[in-house]
Amino acid sequence: MATNNKYLVGVYGDDDITLKAVKSIRAANIKIHEVFSPFPIHGIDEALGYKHSRLPKAAFMFGALGLTLALTMQFWMLGYDWQMIIGGKNFASLPPFVPVSFELTVLISALGMVATFLIASDLKPYKKPKIFDIRITDDKHVIAIDLGQNKLAKEEISKIVADTGAEEVNEKSFD
Amino acid sequence: MEVVSSVRTPLITGGKTVGDVTQDICVRVEAKPPKSWFLAMAISLTFLFVGLYAVFTTAWEGIGVWGLNKTVGWAWDITNFVWWVGIGHAGTLISAILLLFRQKWRMSINRAAEAMTIFAVICALFFPFIHMGRLWLGFYWVMPLPNTFGSLWVNFNSPLLWDVFAISTYFTVSLVFWYIGLIPDFATIRDRAKNKVSAVIYGALSFGWVGSAKDWSRYESVSLILAGLATPLVLSVHTIVSFDFATSIIPGWHTTIFPPYFVSGAVFSGFAMVLTLLLITRKVYKLEDYISVQHIEFMNIIIIVTGSIVGIAYLTELFIAWYSGVPAEQYAFLNRATGPYWWAYATMMTCNVVTPQLFWFKKIRTSLWATFFLSIIVNIGMWFERFVIIVTSLHRDFLPSSWAMFYPTFYDVGDYLFTFGIFFTFFFLFAKFFPVINMAEVKSIIKSTSTSDKALK
Repeated sequence: MATNNKYLVGVYGDDDITLKAVKSIRAANIKIHEVFSPFPIHGIDEALGYKHSRLPKAAFMFGALGLTLALTMQFWMLGYDWQMIIGGKNFASLPPFVPVSFELTVLISALGMVATFLIASDLKPYKKPKIFDIRITDDKHVIAIDLGQNKLAKEEISKIVADTGAEEVNEKSFD
Repeated sequence: MEVVSSVRTPLITGGKTVGDVTQDICVRVEAKPPKSWFLAMAISLTFLFVGLYAVFTTAWEGIGVWGLNKTVGWAWDITNFVWWVGIGHAGTLISAILLLFRQKWRMSINRAAEAMTIFAVICALFFPFIHMGRLWLGFYWVMPLPNTFGSLWVNFNSPLLWDVFAISTYFTVSLVFWYIGLIPDFATIRDRAKNKVSAVIYGALSFGWVGSAKDWSRYESVSLILAGLATPLVLSVHTIVSFDFATSIIPGWHTTIFPPYFVSGAVFSGFAMVLTLLLITRKVYKLEDYISVQHIEFMNIIIIVTGSIVGIAYLTELFIAWYSGVPAEQYAFLNRATGPYWWAYATMMTCNVVTPQLFWFKKIRTSLWATFFLSIIVNIGMWFERFVIIVTSLHRDFLPSSWAMFYPTFYDVGDYLFTFGIFFTFFFLFAKFFPVINMAEVKSIIKSTSTSDKALK
């Protein structure tokens, strides 16, 4: 179902109540658009049915890329492209290449993962945030329900949300 | 659901609610800074500009203006470099290692400690660059660039190059870690902004963060993995710094215990610097409820542990020098302790090994004045440790005819002063314009560890 950009916004004052509310709203077969909170609520992603983030895998892949690049670079530069005798040692050997390889693995893994996070969550300096309630970055938790995506009437949803312990139930629309 | 411990004392005192956290921290960003802030800023800018004159002269004339000579080719510059890098380590230890160990007391102090890390690493980076003489070419020389750019490939067998990669990676990862943590707090400031300018600036800084459950879930896995990456990274950084010395053949430097010895020394001095800065910030910003005596006591305990490891390392070095039976090695240590630089060695021993042991007394480690005083003593001691390792190992080299002493010039001191100027200017700007405490994290522990909500239940 398409969204009509009209939302019902349940405002909560406590993280535990919000978590319970998410469970009971979902149990009433109401689709939740998203939950917003000033700090992470543990267990809320399971309650909302979100899958585990694949960022750890991305980090591992970027790390593997960094390691490969670092080793290739060092062996190619000193072992193949321009061999130099340094202290009468081998042109290229693994042990002295370990520190730089480790550092580049960490660097590319960290930067790659963070970039993936920013892209996946669409976070960027010129983004205009879609704020459901101005207090979500202060001390209130918000459950937003997209009215266009739910069959139930607004009043019914509103009643269910209010029963879960919401301090306020507001309406919010975006143009 | 909630477990309230009867054994643990709350981390956040004063009956704070989630809303109070926002108010207490944001008001520092929004309000006009206190008079003491302007005074502090004026002092650090004075340091910065006097230092800038010294830096300019060093760059213009070359490093011949320093007190270096043919025998002592490394002195204050590298001492300062190692000292600043070491100071940085506490920030990463607090934010990464204590996160992996689920130590919640880190949450009140990690923001400021990480800021300190970043500024300290900037100061550290300055010294190798200025030591290269033409510092504007420094970046170009250390990067692996092809021959057509004027030199051969960089030497990947050299610990100095490992340092380039270690320090730059450390700086980048610390900066990213710090910034990711700042995003939700910038969003809080953005949503409270009263005027247009700060709304636009903090709006851009907050990357459009709104704190959706999906984003928080990603944010938490990013934090955890960054902590997992930063933990071996921080250990590797000072290990590699110690390789600058340990892989050489100079008696006094050629020591296998250098990596753990340097890492614990780094954490030791870093915690001392965190304490120095936080005790002032806490007082000026009235953050006593967030950074309690308990936090300070925990940090002092880390100081005893790492300080004692450093003490054991000093004694091990002496023992091994004697036990090795190598005359050059034995002489290097005898000369350190009883030669012309005996006073530096004595200062190091007193400040790093003897005085921190006072923290065994609960009265001393919970006293703010004693902590403040001893934290400065520790950093003086740690500066002398690096000076002793570097200068006393070099000044009497293999030929007695080339034995020499090192005397610092105005420019040695001035360049060091410059980094103090940078460090404190950046820190005070941070304290004014950035949230000094990680609000989002502190809010998440308010219920389980504060004295407030217990009454409500």
